[in-house]
Amino acid sequence: MTDQDHLQELARIRGLMDRSTRFLSLSGLSGVLAGAAALVGAFAARAHYTALYASGSVSRENEGLNQYDPAPIIERGFSEQVAFLVLDGLLVLAIALIGALWFTWRRSKRTGQGLWDASARRMLWNLLVPLAAGGLFTLALLWNGAVLMAPSATLVFYGVALLNASKYTLDEIRWLGLSEIALGVVAAFWPTAGLLFWALGFGVLHIFYGGLMYLRHERGNAAA
Amino acid sequence: MIDRLNKAFESRVRLGIMAVLAVNEWVDHAQLKEFLSVTDGNLASHLAALEELKYVQVRKRFIGKRPNTSYKATTAGARAFRDHLDAIESLIPKP
Repeated sequence: MTDQDHLQELARIRGLMDRSTRFLSLSGLSGVLAGAAALVGAFAARAHYTALYASGSVSRENEGLNQYDPAPIIERGFSEQVAFLVLDGLLVLAIALIGALWFTWRRSKRTGQGLWDASARRMLWNLLVPLAAGGLFTLALLWNGAVLMAPSATLVFYGVALLNASKYTLDEIRWLGLSEIALGVVAAFWPTAGLLFWALGFGVLHIFYGGLMYLRHERGNAAA
Repeated sequence: MIDRLNKAFESRVRLGIMAVLAVNEWVDHAQLKEFLSVTDGNLASHLAALEELKYVQVRKRFIGKRPNTSYKATTAGARAFRDHLDAIESLIPKP
């Protein structure tokens, strides 16, 4: 082999190692925490609605049938429930993100894999593109008054983002993504039960797969 | 100098397998096939050779009802791979 061949061989090996590296420091515990936060958030939203219905300030007909009519939202601006939902959702998101960062940072110290290496960047990029599109799409739904479609849209886009990122991280993420997509599609045909689906998707599924990841990859390897 | 090049890694496929296993814990057959773009039979024979040398460790298990075979580099395999890379590097004249 000539020097040129050796150089090419090294480049090939380097490329292979780089492409095949998965981000393995993702902690299942961050999923469990995100799920718990989502469940609390969903219960808060439910309680808020119940209180509003009880006080008579919203009627069910208004929320159900006229949801595609943009007039109410444009006249009232974002209604109080929507404002509460957005705030509630953002709070859950913040807790979930901080938790994910903390647990994953802790885990990356143990695995010795950097928190911000090529595999992490590639995973995040593949996650964030569909996720950002989904976020903007959901904002547009809220803006146009299709509030009841928001849970379905967030679930589907989140599932697509996970499925896309799963090639570069733990395998469980693929199944979590597929489950979120399936749930989101079903939710689209059942818009009045949106909150329930949202709680199932962001709460129960996160806890389930997060727990599974923890049991499979972390507890057993704690000493390693 | 040439002696330090490991004969076991003369095959590009074997070297590729070790490269993937160097940066991953357990990798299954299908994933290896995808990374290396080789046929099943070709991959299997090279994996068997590496297993013979005790460079890779094999784990067979069932996921549901489907058999799943995964591979992991042994400590000896990882060291042999590193030494081989060092040897290649030393053959390239420093600029």
